[in-house]
Amino acid sequence: MRLTDLKIGESAIIKSFKSDKLIQKLYEMGCLPGEKISLERISVFGDPIAVRVSGYLLSLRKSEASLIEVERL
Amino acid sequence: MTSVREESINKISVALVGNPNSGKTTLFNSLTGLNQRTGNFPGVTVDKKTGYFKVSKNRTIEIIDLPGTYSLYPKSIDEQVTFKIITNKNEKLDVVVVVADSSNFKRAMFLLTQVIDLNIPCVLALNMIDVAQNNGIVIDSKLLATKLGIPVVEINSKKGVGLSTLKNLFENDSVLKHKTKSFSLPKEYAVLSTKINSVDSLETLYTNFVQLINDKEKKTIFELENNVDLSEIQAKETLQRFDSISSIYQACVIQTDVKKTQTNFSKKLDDILTHKVWGLLIFGFILFTIFQAIFNFSAIPMDWIETFFANVSSWFIEVLPQGILTDLFVNGIIAGISGIVVFVPQIAFLFAFIVVLEDTGYMARVSFMMDRVMRFFGLSGRSIIPLIGGIACAVPSILSTRTISNWKERMITIMVTPLMSCSARLPVYTLLISLTVPNIFVFGFIQLQGLVFFLLYFLGTFLALLVGLVLKKFIKSSEGSFFVMEMPLYKLPRPRTVLYTIYEKVKVFLFDAGKVIFAVSVVLWFLTSFGPSEEFNAIEKKYATENKMLSESLIEEYKIKEQSEKLEASYAGIIGKKIEPLIAPIGYDWKIGIAIITSFAAREVFVGTMATIYSAKNTEDIVGVRDMMAAEINPKTGQKMYSLALGASLLVFYAFSMQCISTIAVVYRETKHWKWPLIQFVYMGVLAYLSSYLVYHLFS
Repeated sequence: MRLTDLKIGESAIIKSFKSDKLIQKLYEMGCLPGEKISLERISVFGDPIAVRVSGYLLSLRKSEASLIEVERL
Repeated sequence: MTSVREESINKISVALVGNPNSGKTTLFNSLTGLNQRTGNFPGVTVDKKTGYFKVSKNRTIEIIDLPGTYSLYPKSIDEQVTFKIITNKNEKLDVVVVVADSSNFKRAMFLLTQVIDLNIPCVLALNMIDVAQNNGIVIDSKLLATKLGIPVVEINSKKGVGLSTLKNLFENDSVLKHKTKSFSLPKEYAVLSTKINSVDSLETLYTNFVQLINDKEKKTIFELENNVDLSEIQAKETLQRFDSISSIYQACVIQTDVKKTQTNFSKKLDDILTHKVWGLLIFGFILFTIFQAIFNFSAIPMDWIETFFANVSSWFIEVLPQGILTDLFVNGIIAGISGIVVFVPQIAFLFAFIVVLEDTGYMARVSFMMDRVMRFFGLSGRSIIPLIGGIACAVPSILSTRTISNWKERMITIMVTPLMSCSARLPVYTLLISLTVPNIFVFGFIQLQGLVFFLLYFLGTFLALLVGLVLKKFIKSSEGSFFVMEMPLYKLPRPRTVLYTIYEKVKVFLFDAGKVIFAVSVVLWFLTSFGPSEEFNAIEKKYATENKMLSESLIEEYKIKEQSEKLEASYAGIIGKKIEPLIAPIGYDWKIGIAIITSFAAREVFVGTMATIYSAKNTEDIVGVRDMMAAEINPKTGQKMYSLALGASLLVFYAFSMQCISTIAVVYRETKHWKWPLIQFVYMGVLAYLSSYLVYHLFS
């Protein structure tokens, strides 16, 4: 499933990435395969979303988040 | 005579690098105090902050604060600057201090290990140990130092803890020597090492690798020649790097589960501040406060400044002998300086708000909330700030677009920001509205003049978004839209950071934008004070003979008339008359033509020009000018010249047109291409002209 399929408060483990485009940036921001990630909030207008990963809060657009394949915990 | 070698030891150049929000700038301020200066990095207008401090009698440290970055693979202009300075071969840094947010250890280590692999002597400053401890993270910094092979200092930049330890490091020459090298390519690509090293045989493998990755052209050639995908290698290398960081982490960091008070506090605050009702209301309230501050609070110091310069001018006029030089000095130079300094309060207020919102972590939430809406208009959540700032002045606002990492969104933000009604339009609006809009109430309680004011601001914002929507279709970008952004923990603003930022921004404005405004003011002074000598002499002669026959009281009045006639005969007047056919369809005569030309220095010059043209006695006073303009009769219609139609036409023209040399200069510098300011000038001009035409005919 994709990161965007999570509901608020749910956690998952990062599995893989659908596109190479953002992969470097996401790695640098701590979104590494095997890392725990949880959906913390969704913005007022439904996009972007904020996730907790590697101990901090990261915001990404849905289009970016949907590139991240995860496995729900 | 000192040898080169000794000199280099007497002065050590140090760079501070670190992730955004790592407390780097606070450390910089604590280390240098006010002993710092702001310049520009060559080629880009990213602020370059350099500071100095002494560590011993004969050793001075020159320290540069580099823009925050997550890695040496830059994605924004700011990050590119950091990368370029660190890897600059011509001006090598002696030491790089990597400032790390201890509560975000792994991410900070990524940047640190990259710097280590560049073979630059380096020091790790572990900042925010207290935040880390609150999150249950305890770091064994001694072990970390052994593992990394570099000095590690625990600091608290806010409280000044560990600063002396850090400073003492620089006393010792051993800090200037590099010890470890750990980089290797992922195994399957090891064969490429020699190829990569051939980029520059004097550099390390990693330096060459990073250079290849970050240079699009070189990267493509290398990929074609060797039939490899460097991005893939880069991603694999990143994972490998994180693996080794993980093993260091496991050895040096003890993580216990504690109640994360600060994180929980931020979470609770986010529940309110990004709430779909409260969040938007609070944001609206903050915007309103900024708006109020820029207008009402800063009006008071602006008044002082204007009065001060008016007094200085009249003092000089009295003291200095009459003549061209005095005129240049008073009406060209002092008027020019006054026109720059008067904006200082507004810029100070705007940046005070921006830095407080940024420093507390709230700005990231604003971007988070507004991104979806702004994206629809081709902008980014981060565009909100430049747009709000545009109400004060487009110049600092355009400078603040650097935080937008997506090129297309940044360009659109730059292109539409000048449509926001800036403070320089305010006196023009005030004069024209009080002159042409009847002072009546509509619907019984809304004052019409106030309503028109509001409409002008609304129109500006509306058009900025609309133009954004259009540009979104036209500006092509291969780069995907990009938002990935850290939302830092909330914290109290640090007064020192706030004050330093205001000080810096004001300084940059005064000296950078100031230079252009000043130069244009002097040119305009020339255009308005000189004309073809024959006609000018004729006027002077005429008044010289008339003056002899006049009584004392009339002389003053005639002097003003003479000035007005001279302006008509001046180069500016000639240009005004030349463009009259062009501006006649929107209701303007050559007098307004002159004002439009002089307004290029700054829009508010309109008022002063009108004062001169209409020979108003007191040029400082809007009321005086207004009365003279109100009495003007349109020779064609026999009616009042400044009718509602002309007023509306002028208001709209000033709202939409690009009459600001400083903005044009800043846009050029930020986009590094004349294409952008040119497009902006033309589209805003066309927009202004057509809209003025429309409203002029609608109301007449």
